[in-house]
Amino acid sequence: MANERKVLAYRRENGRVGIRNHVIILPVDDISNAACEAVGNNIKGTLALPHAYGRLQFGEDLELFFRTMIGTGSNPNVAAAIVIGIEPGWTKRIVDGIAKTGKPVAGFSIEGQGDIATVAQASVKAKEFVQWASELQRTECDFSELYISVKCGESDTTTGLASCPTVGNVIDKHCARGGTASFGETTELTGAEHIVAAKAANEEVRKQFMAIFDDYQKLVFAQKVDDLADSQPTKGNIAGGLTTIEEKALGNVEKLGKKTKFVGCLQPAEAPGGDGLWFMDTSSAAAEAVTLWAASGAVVHLFPTGQGNIVGNPIEPVIKLSANPKTVTAMKEHIDVDVSPILQGEMTLDQAGDALIDMIVRTANGRLTAAEALGHREFVMTKLYRSA
Amino acid sequence: MIHFLVHDSADTVGVAVVDLAAGTECAGRDLATNAPLKAKTAEAIPLGHKFALRDFAEGDTAIKYGCEIGRVVKPIRAGEHVHVHNLKTKRWA
Repeated sequence: MANERKVLAYRRENGRVGIRNHVIILPVDDISNAACEAVGNNIKGTLALPHAYGRLQFGEDLELFFRTMIGTGSNPNVAAAIVIGIEPGWTKRIVDGIAKTGKPVAGFSIEGQGDIATVAQASVKAKEFVQWASELQRTECDFSELYISVKCGESDTTTGLASCPTVGNVIDKHCARGGTASFGETTELTGAEHIVAAKAANEEVRKQFMAIFDDYQKLVFAQKVDDLADSQPTKGNIAGGLTTIEEKALGNVEKLGKKTKFVGCLQPAEAPGGDGLWFMDTSSAAAEAVTLWAASGAVVHLFPTGQGNIVGNPIEPVIKLSANPKTVTAMKEHIDVDVSPILQGEMTLDQAGDALIDMIVRTANGRLTAAEALGHREFVMTKLYRSA
Repeated sequence: MIHFLVHDSADTVGVAVVDLAAGTECAGRDLATNAPLKAKTAEAIPLGHKFALRDFAEGDTAIKYGCEIGRVVKPIRAGEHVHVHNLKTKRWA
């Protein structure tokens, strides 16, 4: 099979396999973005990850914040991390969390010394980290060691006909060989939740899934003012021919494959506890969801699109595939794999799955995805409710 | 050339996989059985959009993937465009 192949990747201190070698400059909070971006400018080859949150969060929302921060730094695509926060307490909590992976990490805080001194100190350490990382070598790893996440976006009917089933073909092949993968998009399973529930590995997992699903439905009904006709499906979905959330969901779940059962449910940004396919409770908004998977340790994302969603992520390469013959022409620069011949019966799903595996291998070996080459670095944290 | 596909033999709508003009005699395929299908469009159907494979009355349910995809809110004749103007979600209404 195509996925019995090897990839040339980075084996991290904790044994996990990454396909990129980033040195990230991670702000603990919104007001530390400036310092992080300054360090990113000073030291070439580093990557600042500015974001909007990190102040006065509390409860479950705060726990998700820390899980996302620590998970992002812990991702095997990250070689080393610099963490900068306004104060030392939460900064240290994130540094200590990332340090459990064994990778180099250092924290700096701004209060009492200001941006300029902090940027100077952090830049010295960032230079040391980036030069160290630049000497790390790729080594031969098994394809099955790649943790893959999947989510579609700006879907249309071609997504359900061809590009999502292509991802499903890869999920079946990957999980059959002991690989790890994750799907999510909780609200976007509405109308197909019975199909997902039937794919749970056992009754306990099925119950967990339905509880998470029902909980998100309650949120929709508590907040909605109409049938969400302008949001789910999106305007792009509707332009592409999708009419209702049920229709969109039935196409979405084609990504789960024909044979694979999912072995457990994950909180947002939670790392899988073992091999196999995992459900993660996520929003269906592309940048938010991919950011959560990257924080859970996923190293490559498979993204079917119909109308042409262009999302990327700073640390987890996003591979785009499309079966819409108009999109693969009009938005060619965004598409890594064209599976549109499936619609005319000129390509089988098995061939398409193998073509996608080939692109995963090339991406793992270092090929930049379309989103990477175009500079898409959407780092968007999920926030559960207002801060205190 | 294949003009339209259906996911399941129980489906009551087909998906155009090329832009279809009104009155096109269409060749289709059932993805579940690989059986050939025939239909005729009553109006122009853009690539990716659905058309009715039978007549629908208001209140009927449209079937795709062998599953319910929504409630018909205006009568639809075979070959006509099925979309947001005549089909609505049953879930978040």
